[in-house]
Amino acid sequence: MDNGLGIPQTIALFGATSEIGQAIVREIIETGVSNVILAARNPENAGEFANEISALYPGVKVDKVAFDAANFASHAEVVADVARRHGDIDLAVVAFGLLGTEPSTGASVNEIVEVAQVNFTGTVTLLKALSDQMRAQRHGRIVYLSSVAGERVRLSNPVYGSSKAGADGYAQGLADAVANDGVKILIVRPGFVASKMTAHLKPAPFATTPGAVASATAKALRRERVIVWVPGLLRWVFVIFRHLPLAVWRKVSAKG
Amino acid sequence: MNNDIQMKRLAGWGNTAASNAKVVSFAGVDSLSVTLNGVNPRGAIARGLGRSYGAPAQNAGGTVILMEDDGEASLVLDSAKCTVTADARVSLDRIMRELIPRGWFVPVTPGTRQVTVGGAIASDIHGKNHHVDGSFGAHVQRMSLMTSEGVVRELSPTSTPREFWATVGGMGLTGVILDATFSMLPIETSLMKVETSRAANLDELMQTMSNDDEYRYSVAWIDLLARGTRMGRGVLTRGDHAKVADLGGREAQSPLDFEPKSLITAPPIFPSGLLNRFTVAAFNEAWFRKAPSRTHIGNETITTFFHPLDGVQKWNRLYGRAGFVQYQFVLPFEAADTMRAIIGKLSNAKYASFLAVLKYFGRGDAGHLSFPMPGWTLALDVPVGGRSMPATFGEIDMMVLDAGGRHYLAKDSHISAESVRRGYPRLAEWQAIRDEMDPRGIWHSDLSRRLKLTTK
Repeated sequence: MDNGLGIPQTIALFGATSEIGQAIVREIIETGVSNVILAARNPENAGEFANEISALYPGVKVDKVAFDAANFASHAEVVADVARRHGDIDLAVVAFGLLGTEPSTGASVNEIVEVAQVNFTGTVTLLKALSDQMRAQRHGRIVYLSSVAGERVRLSNPVYGSSKAGADGYAQGLADAVANDGVKILIVRPGFVASKMTAHLKPAPFATTPGAVASATAKALRRERVIVWVPGLLRWVFVIFRHLPLAVWRKVSAKG
Repeated sequence: MNNDIQMKRLAGWGNTAASNAKVVSFAGVDSLSVTLNGVNPRGAIARGLGRSYGAPAQNAGGTVILMEDDGEASLVLDSAKCTVTADARVSLDRIMRELIPRGWFVPVTPGTRQVTVGGAIASDIHGKNHHVDGSFGAHVQRMSLMTSEGVVRELSPTSTPREFWATVGGMGLTGVILDATFSMLPIETSLMKVETSRAANLDELMQTMSNDDEYRYSVAWIDLLARGTRMGRGVLTRGDHAKVADLGGREAQSPLDFEPKSLITAPPIFPSGLLNRFTVAAFNEAWFRKAPSRTHIGNETITTFFHPLDGVQKWNRLYGRAGFVQYQFVLPFEAADTMRAIIGKLSNAKYASFLAVLKYFGRGDAGHLSFPMPGWTLALDVPVGGRSMPATFGEIDMMVLDAGGRHYLAKDSHISAESVRRGYPRLAEWQAIRDEMDPRGIWHSDLSRRLKLTTK
């Protein structure tokens, strides 16, 4: 349960090695938080971040948990186990995702399947498990890290973009379905984020940073928003992009 | 989906951290036991008038049993024994309206009359007479309690001391209090004879309050926004029930008149920033100036003296949508320096706290989780907001605990499970009794979950 100052007691980060996910937790964590659960495919890779939290907030219990986004059948049990050991999950940050080595022309079928499954199916099954837990609690907040890539899928990363588009759509529908049960879902749609995941890519226009995404997320949580764009201007940029004639869009989307 | 129809969003008086629960109005012992039999794993908790500031009377995802008096709940005075036996749903407001005119006052009243007898016991409330009379539980002679198994148990400090004192201050986590018998105070008049004096700073205030034993009631309002040499300046009011001989001509003709009125209801339109440090500083200044600079003795009504805020219904709306938190802690007498340091810290943080209240407590009672203990207690309201607030309160929490103090659960908004364990060393003992009394482990509230009070 959040305390009277609006501080969640238990925060769970799924995709605990994600730079953006870590930045969001770093931004939100505050005196009053008791437990931080770091869930990653290889929990040891979250060790450095765990140490950072412990150094800043010695009173916080940090629990590293094994979580494989591609093992869909395990998600409900992973969530139930966290709740059994730590009590209600007040805030979950869903930050895992794969970029893949697109363009799709070059990617193997195996890789396409992996990106599509982790980004879409894995997100759907985890969001479902988290929202089931929170509906029973009748409270809880989920932050889903989406992407503008799903708004109008670009030719340079169609698998990534379409998997984000699908998961974003599911999160929107789910947010409406659980709104009356005290569960709130925030969909974060950043543009190009300069991070280790994108280090090999040329930054796109309106590029942002994990820190900027984190502070926009924290603000949107305080204001109880459902969708937040980072930077905010992208919302209007994509209003235009969505309606560009195909020939123009192909030229625009081929750049950067 | 049918269940959803009865779902209701509930918050405490501070209007923070609301949650949804299935709300069932109490309709007799039989139907309550049926309800309890069918609760889901999130359990159940009783709720009275919802005047606890935080989350002890809400239960996200579970059941909340609404203990509302429809005006028919039983209230019986035994004037020979100086006691009242009241249904737990009866409010102190109703008791005062019915019994003050007959010459009886409640043994303890908090700053509002809008609390139920059940809530008064479950929070073991205290008032301005704590240094003389102790808290509410000290005046309770017996009570009946519905357990999680649907059985009505009779509890008293002599026959079942463990269960009785686990329930006094037990935040409703041992069962639903159904009725109680407690002592009443005979009074001659419905007026208070009150001595009002100003203190220029905290040291002067604490010095003056230290010899208060000759007054039944004593409390100081302090201005948390005053800084420097005026830090902790305040207005001290001390008094007792007036005797007929203290009244003037007209008052003396009907000395026990008691007709408190709610003047207005605050509408739900106030923006969250209305009570800010500037408006509150102006209010505090005016309040301080309003008090006579020389000690003044005069008669006041019970409402003016005890329940000034009851004149405005739903006054919590003044804080707007963001709500507010109450913060109350107690420090042992020897930790007066810590009190000074905390007040200095609060005053530097410039929280827009109006009507912060300082008082000294007498002996505590035997309630395992009862809040009062001998020492100084400070209570304040703060509108929620400001990013430094959790860290500042976190630091003050540690100062309180390091000095051997603790926090009042009925007002708590944010302390940690570890902090409760440090402040209430008898928690483990209480949990063992509670678990015996609740073998099904159904009593839970948002407060109990946050502070891990219940282990089952």
